[in-house]
Amino acid sequence: MEVIHPVDLDEAVGALAAYPEATLLAGGTDLMVEVNFDLIRPDVVVALRRLDDIQDVSRRRIGAGVTFRRLESGDHNALAQLARTIGSPQIRAAGTIGGNIGTASPAGDSLPFLAALDAEIELHSTSGTRRVRWDDFFTGVKRTARRPDELITAAVLPEDLPDFQEFAKIGQRSAMVISIVSACVLRWRDGRTRVALGSVGPTPIRARRAEAMVSDETDPGPAALEEFARLVSQEVSPITDHRGTGEYRRHASGVLARRLLERCLSS
Amino acid sequence: MRVQLTVNGEARACDTKGSESLLFALRDYLHLTGSKGACEQGECGSCSVLLDGELVCACLVMAVDAHGSEVVTVEGLGGPELHPVQKALIDAGGVQCGFCTPGFVVAAAALLDENPAPSSDEMREALAGNICRCTGYGAILRGLETLVEGR
Repeated sequence: MEVIHPVDLDEAVGALAAYPEATLLAGGTDLMVEVNFDLIRPDVVVALRRLDDIQDVSRRRIGAGVTFRRLESGDHNALAQLARTIGSPQIRAAGTIGGNIGTASPAGDSLPFLAALDAEIELHSTSGTRRVRWDDFFTGVKRTARRPDELITAAVLPEDLPDFQEFAKIGQRSAMVISIVSACVLRWRDGRTRVALGSVGPTPIRARRAEAMVSDETDPGPAALEEFARLVSQEVSPITDHRGTGEYRRHASGVLARRLLERCLSS
Repeated sequence: MRVQLTVNGEARACDTKGSESLLFALRDYLHLTGSKGACEQGECGSCSVLLDGELVCACLVMAVDAHGSEVVTVEGLGGPELHPVQKALIDAGGVQCGFCTPGFVVAAAALLDENPAPSSDEMREALAGNICRCTGYGAILRGLETLVEGR
């Protein structure tokens, strides 16, 4: 096995150009589980933990190498909320948002936040930089539009940020769980509302009919909130697995989304 | 691959075969068997160490990625005396089979370094990544609470 510790972005993408089959190692919280159970044996590893060029966070740009521990506080309420729900302190100290994006698990906790915001994923290679919107980036279960020679360098958020944002997830206990359902709701003062859900489809899902319905309501009452929850439940496409049934996930999606919208409205 | 790192303040080196974990390197190459291997997937916390000052699961760190880093294991926490957390767990009966204890000690010591007077809720949150299969959480928390109150 060969290991490359790139000192800067040029060296990192140079390594990926030279070894497109290389395995990217960020926090290791996903990769090392597969390594420990002998599910993969990497030949070439590009180690990113100490790559300074992907460590910066600003209001609209989150470097791929930023750990969830660092994201536990910051400008974005929902991002801080989701960071605090991930794994345990040990996992949050290692796991990065770039790793979460690159792994593209349906249960990836940062994904509903990125989907709700219409975030773009920034990709870097020797042929330049491109940005791919989340819905073109996440193509299936653990599948993305990243080419083997590209490195995820950041999540880029839009200029028009919401006035209120809330995230929550459902799991069997409050630490070390993989989401059964996760949701992020955004609301602007003019009524515009967005809702994205995770773990209820192969990629994050936007409940667009629910968004359209409730965005027209300046002060949604109980009936509108009920209708919002019903539409969200209709728009997800969950499966049944060992963590929960499809029926439960569908029901919980609506409940969770409505609860988060209520929090947005009361804050 | 030659991995050079600082462990408990000492320069150490070992040769890795491939992608083995830092936990494996600590135990099998450097013979520091305080950090325990149980779940090997970051769930149980029994391999908790400090890597460049951050509390992590050593089983989820590729040993080669710790090259040039500073690692503190349970062996490096106390000096000639026990670390206060170790003493607190002994006094409170917070050790049953003992397998999880090194991880709890490292995680609790990391918490107290960052926050010398954590509340009970903060303790629970900070130790959420450490599992005690004897379910001895009550005594572990009481030990830490007594330690914090006595300061």
